[in-house]
Amino acid sequence: MKIYAVCGAGIGTSVLLKSNADRVLASLGIEAEVQAVSVSDALASESLAQVVLITPELKDQIQGIRSEVIPIENIFNLEELTQKLSAALS
Amino acid sequence: MLAEAFGPNSIAHHSDITDWEGAISAAVALLEQDQKVTGGYLARVLEANQDQGPYFVVAPGIAIAHAAPEEDVQATGFALLRLQTPVVSGSHNDPVQLVFAFCAVDSTSHIALLGQFAELMSKPVNVNTLLNEPNLRIVRNLLTA
Repeated sequence: MKIYAVCGAGIGTSVLLKSNADRVLASLGIEAEVQAVSVSDALASESLAQVVLITPELKDQIQGIRSEVIPIENIFNLEELTQKLSAALS
Repeated sequence: MLAEAFGPNSIAHHSDITDWEGAISAAVALLEQDQKVTGGYLARVLEANQDQGPYFVVAPGIAIAHAAPEEDVQATGFALLRLQTPVVSGSHNDPVQLVFAFCAVDSTSHIALLGQFAELMSKPVNVNTLLNEPNLRIVRNLLTA
């Protein structure tokens, strides 16, 4: 399964999101590949991610993508990530 | 890794900044002082903020101002500006009190570094220290240990 962690540049916020999502998925025992990408990369990608993690400010920019879009309010809150990821993937 | 990214001038407390763009500018200026970026970087960070909104306010009270790797980044770097008075950015995570500035030379070499940073910031006790510890040497030790 593929998950995108998305931010404007694809190098900062998205990498932090990926790092914490990896940690949460490992503790949930879910196998998934999380990729940190920019908004434009996510939209241009041909292979579809099941889930897109994104900060709420950028949500509108990714409208139309055929993945489940999950806004993350606090990327350092592992509980929020755990809750949202397990709800989306279970 | 974080120890290398935080240069000698990279951690500061600021008492007279009252606006969001002023806070971004002062945080990126710390990267400039440590020769991590040249002047063009600040303009690109401010542009990203204007174009895309304050999306780099990633957690309550915490921003990580950054832009994509370009020629104006000289070395991967980190800086932290702590504000005496929190500022309003327009984010749902307002008001902002910890303004990190970050720059990367390319899109891959800093991934382990940010992993280390994410782990550190995911512990509320650490965020509490960053917000409240008066001694900046202790703040530096926490970030670069």
